[in-house]
Amino acid sequence: MAMVLSDETVKTAIDTAALTRRLRLLRRRSQVKALLLVAPLMIFLVSVFVLPIGVLLTRSIDNSDVSRALPTTAAALATWNGRDVPGEPLFAALAADLKASSREDVAEVAKRLNNYESGIRSSLLKTARNIRNAQAPFQAAFIDVDARWANPERWSVFKQAMPKMTDFYLLAALDLQRSEMGQITGVTPKNAVHLDVLLRTFAVSLSVTILCVLTGYPLAALMARSKGWVANALLILVLLPFWTSLLVRTSAWVVLLQSRGVVNSGLIWLGLIDAAQPLDLIYNRIGVLIAMTHILLPFMVLPIYSVMKSIPPVYLRAASSLGAPPFSTFWRVYLPMSMPGVSAGGLLVFILALGYYITPALVGGPRDQMVSYFIAYYANQVTNWGMAAALSAILLVAVLILYAIYNRLIGIDRLRIG
Amino acid sequence: MNTALSFNRLVTLGLWVVGGGTALFLIAPIVAIVPLSFNAEPFFTYPMPGLSLRWYEEFFASDVWQLALRNSIIVAIFATILSTILGTLAAIGLSRSDCPARATLTAILISPMIVPVVVAAVGIYYAFAAVGLLNSLTGLVLAHTVLGAPFVVVTVTAALSGFDQNLMRAAASLGAQPVEAVFRIMLPLIAPGVASGALFAFVTSFDEVVVALFIAGSEERTLPRQMWSGVRETLSPTIAAVATLLIIFSTLFLATIQWLQRRAERQKLTQFE
Repeated sequence: MAMVLSDETVKTAIDTAALTRRLRLLRRRSQVKALLLVAPLMIFLVSVFVLPIGVLLTRSIDNSDVSRALPTTAAALATWNGRDVPGEPLFAALAADLKASSREDVAEVAKRLNNYESGIRSSLLKTARNIRNAQAPFQAAFIDVDARWANPERWSVFKQAMPKMTDFYLLAALDLQRSEMGQITGVTPKNAVHLDVLLRTFAVSLSVTILCVLTGYPLAALMARSKGWVANALLILVLLPFWTSLLVRTSAWVVLLQSRGVVNSGLIWLGLIDAAQPLDLIYNRIGVLIAMTHILLPFMVLPIYSVMKSIPPVYLRAASSLGAPPFSTFWRVYLPMSMPGVSAGGLLVFILALGYYITPALVGGPRDQMVSYFIAYYANQVTNWGMAAALSAILLVAVLILYAIYNRLIGIDRLRIG
Repeated sequence: MNTALSFNRLVTLGLWVVGGGTALFLIAPIVAIVPLSFNAEPFFTYPMPGLSLRWYEEFFASDVWQLALRNSIIVAIFATILSTILGTLAAIGLSRSDCPARATLTAILISPMIVPVVVAAVGIYYAFAAVGLLNSLTGLVLAHTVLGAPFVVVTVTAALSGFDQNLMRAAASLGAQPVEAVFRIMLPLIAPGVASGALFAFVTSFDEVVVALFIAGSEERTLPRQMWSGVRETLSPTIAAVATLLIIFSTLFLATIQWLQRRAERQKLTQFE
């Protein structure tokens, strides 16, 4: 009897195990199917979007150009004490490297070194041209071209530039630098431009967000109170600009705000301002704030509106019937209940504003350009990938942190469109 | 009671003044630029001395603008096709009940909506330079697909969340192959979601200027890219004419989207009946 029972038990156990295995296999197969459906877009996005941005970001710390172009010098510098004028072997090493390098490589090295000491670029290029046909002793030949080769400081620049990785660009993006002793200090006021740009980006985004809250909240409240065709008409007034091309809206503002544009000529016609002195509404901060607020306002109005629509009117009636004056009904019931919409819209507007490029570039002046403009400038105009990458990294980190907060507070899946 | 009533009236009045003012602010530039495109003189001021269609003639007769229009349409069509196919497949995968790491995958798939477009543009520029895709329509199509696909993922995922998965089981039990069930049951039901995703992808590409600034040469100039130059260099009323045409386009787009959403809602209602 005992034997039979345990036989049965064993058999059931095997069946259960087999069933579990089979179920797990089916589940695994179904998971693989789901992943296979996601895979094409994922592979595409990784190769055309994620990897390119990753590679770009590595440029913010990459410094291998110098040591790759000057390998012998790198080895010789390791034995230099850093204080005295180096001896002939180091000069000979640099001469050998310069002779072996292509013109483009030397130009790239010169550009890199110029980050540490301005003026070294032209000196190095000139030296490289002359040294191609020179013979030993090289020390005399170098100093003959440019007396500054006798300065130990000149060589410590080379030493600083040799490591394969550098924090130079990331520090420079925050207006910081490393002194020769390796300490982090502020850059000279003349070169301190980036912190100003970052603060300006923050200030413009914050101002736009506040302007959007102040104008968007009443509009959303009006929409939530309206019924029938009025509500529909208001919704269309918000959605039409939302779906109109960004460039159309920005150029419309250029047309409107120009010194001889629609707004100024209208004010002159009304006799409010003198024809000889039109208001400066464009190519300055006012223009940027007007145009950006206009473009980002729907992102504020729509979330607030959808939250307000969900506030049951009975709450407000309950507050009044319990004796709350109208203002406290608003302040203590309606406003707190509509706050999730305000924080969702506010965060979204702020995040989007941080990355704005086109609108400030078209309606702002030189002092209104934000960090995106400088990323584009470094990448396109002066081909300084290190700086473009470092500023990109800072902007990207700021945006990702804010999105993480957004995700925590509101949920990224609530990121709705339309 | 009387004071409360007058307070309410005051609030309504205040809301109409501030909220209505904001609504006018939103629509004003769009309303103001349309008539200027019919101005007989090359100025941007009212009152206009006369009406003419010369700026539209200039747009349709100019080789540069026509090339830009053609490039924009070609790039937008191909980017839309690619984003719609890739995005719909991914959304179907993400909506399967046993999709692993759904949150992480979704976050990566919609990241192009989040990353500042300049960062994306510089990264793509850097990568495309290495593989020779700069100054080509192909490169532009690929980049615009990246930017458009997340919208398809979001809209189709939303459409699938209202889709009754039991219908697929019913189809299977009636002998339908999985692919057949997708094409004959699922796709017809989520079609409004797919269509609005495709429209979003089209508009995203048609409106995109930052990436085009970086990776397109003069032969691949798109309409927004050409407008950018127009606004920066010589601001002629041709810009107003192009803007008006684009406003008509976005009005049609908005109407289509609204119609699709109404249809999707109606469909949801009939499913319950």
